[in-house]
Amino acid sequence: MTQAAVSTPAARPLARLRDPAWYQEYGVYLAVAVVLLFNALFTEHFMTVDNLRTQLVQVAPIVIVALGMALVIGTEGVDLSVGSTMALAAALLPLYLGYGLVPALVMALLAGALVGAVNGTLVSLVGLQPIVATLALFVGGRGLALVMADSQLKQIVNPDLLSLGTGSFLGIPLVVLIAGVLAGAVAFLVTRTTFGRQVVAIGGNRSAAALAGLPVRRVLIGVYMLCGVLAALAGILATARLTASDPSSLGTLMELSAITAVVVGGTPLNGGSIRVLGTVAGALLMQLLRATLIKHDLPDSTAQIAQAAIIIAAVYVARERRSR
Amino acid sequence: MNETSPAPVASAPAPRKTPATGGGKPATKAATRSLTGRRIAELLQRQGVLVVLLTVVIVASFIYPSFHTLDNARGVTVQASFLAVVALGMTMVIITGGIDLSVGSVFALGGVLAAWASQWGFLPALLTPLVVCGAIGLLNGFLVARAGMAPFIVTLATLLGARGLLLAITDEGATTYLVPKDSAFAELGQGSVWGFGYPILVALALFGAGGLLLQRTSFGQTIFAVGGSSDAATLMGLPVARTKMLVYTLSGLLAGLAGALNAARLSSGVTILGVGMELDAISAVVIGGTLLIGGAGSISGTLWGVLLLQVIQNLINQIGTLNSSYQSVVSGGFLIVVVVAQRYLARGRRTT
Repeated sequence: MTQAAVSTPAARPLARLRDPAWYQEYGVYLAVAVVLLFNALFTEHFMTVDNLRTQLVQVAPIVIVALGMALVIGTEGVDLSVGSTMALAAALLPLYLGYGLVPALVMALLAGALVGAVNGTLVSLVGLQPIVATLALFVGGRGLALVMADSQLKQIVNPDLLSLGTGSFLGIPLVVLIAGVLAGAVAFLVTRTTFGRQVVAIGGNRSAAALAGLPVRRVLIGVYMLCGVLAALAGILATARLTASDPSSLGTLMELSAITAVVVGGTPLNGGSIRVLGTVAGALLMQLLRATLIKHDLPDSTAQIAQAAIIIAAVYVARERRSR
Repeated sequence: MNETSPAPVASAPAPRKTPATGGGKPATKAATRSLTGRRIAELLQRQGVLVVLLTVVIVASFIYPSFHTLDNARGVTVQASFLAVVALGMTMVIITGGIDLSVGSVFALGGVLAAWASQWGFLPALLTPLVVCGAIGLLNGFLVARAGMAPFIVTLATLLGARGLLLAITDEGATTYLVPKDSAFAELGQGSVWGFGYPILVALALFGAGGLLLQRTSFGQTIFAVGGSSDAATLMGLPVARTKMLVYTLSGLLAGLAGALNAARLSSGVTILGVGMELDAISAVVIGGTLLIGGAGSISGTLWGVLLLQVIQNLINQIGTLNSSYQSVVSGGFLIVVVVAQRYLARGRRTT
């Protein structure tokens, strides 16, 4: 996926006309603010605690998956298998809940780590393109999940697991709290740790990073494993909220939602920079936009077309910066 | 079957008559052997899928008597023809180094548009999806080639947009348009020559035309050159942007046409089709030996890739006792094996 490194001459005057740096940096937050302001003025029952809480609960799994996706995209990769990983984690839960909650959670998270390890190995050791490497588990992972679950939807009755999905702490739903803490942790990882710097360096220029002596393969495998674990966690939380393990439909199109959140949040697709807060804002923007349109009785089709337009606009604004 | 990838920019294939390749050194025994090895690797990479496909078909015919019946062959090939038409466009896009994620939605949209327009006759039913889906392809091409945006994200957006458009014209998926029973358009999907349905013939004709286009026209050579190195192609004065726009437009047109054919076959515009089809198409292209980095690939490989995926699906249905979810496990496994093998075969041919 090369993009035209040679920017067309026609685009340059346009670039001078706008104030790119500011929009690139704060555009997504501005957009979230505009949507919220619009709703405060024109939408009844939108800016209520209840509704905002619902929106946050709905966006939480997307945020968790998108955090891992942001790391992967930061290495100039992409992970198409996250939806299947969610399904796989969901399928494993009922199998191991008999041994208790902790073993079930551990097995589900391990499955995510394993999927990530396979992806990371294919990308870093075999040298496959990330799309192809993760496509195999996108296709196979859901099949595996269905095989394990006998293609059946299973009710979850374990109260501890269910409380993960429905419980709250100080009025904040646990799901939202977990997503928030993870966002903080990933932001810390990216900006304050050696690992984070290595991830960004590898995404910026892989061969330079290798020449500089960075452990490229280990970092790549680590990043895909993190992405897999986060996806599995999102699968667990979504299952707890649904009160059922549904491997056939859980997480479908999640890869696209997550990639959208990351890209709208300003992380360039060709790596070298990761914006964690932007990713959270990107996921929120898509969620709020959809909710707003639906509250105004605009159908789903309009919401999808609007989302498409937002993606194009976001990438267009971020375009200049991406051509290093 | 002479579908070499010219890759005129990256690595000129060694001329047959000159043994001295690789920097003009004299041909030693070792060099000749490695050259032969490279030829075999190239051949395997290009036609290995065909070998796998034939092996699977032959073995399956012995084990499952119901597999090698003519009826079953017809069923498999008709099913394969729709994906094949979509994958044809995808192959060209991928050879330019791009990707088209929107084809699944465009396929579904094409089907719905065709079924909706079929009430006015054959031509509207065929042309409406072609015009709309071609326009979506053109939009993809414009945003990729002229605005310089990443193909992955542009076509991701049109994936959403096309599905939105589809929902809008079907009252949020509530309305299913039916093709009138006796219309000529329904005949296009259901009719057959010697038992082979029109969709198969259309797909074969398109693959023939696509092969000629890629191998025998300057447009085709430009497609390879653009994928080999976009910058080098620009420096050579090739119309890079125009080529990309045309390729994405073709991909949209073909996806729309496949949708229309499918609607004709089903006699209705089913709204829930095509989800995940882009990934099936990409899988088929990749299994068929086209490199995702662009610049090399073959149309025939894609055809075998599509057939292999369909045969796997059909076999798992034949086995019956096997859970149908194994189909995706096997397909995913095949994909890994093929791309890993390709990676090692391609090593030395192209260095990324």
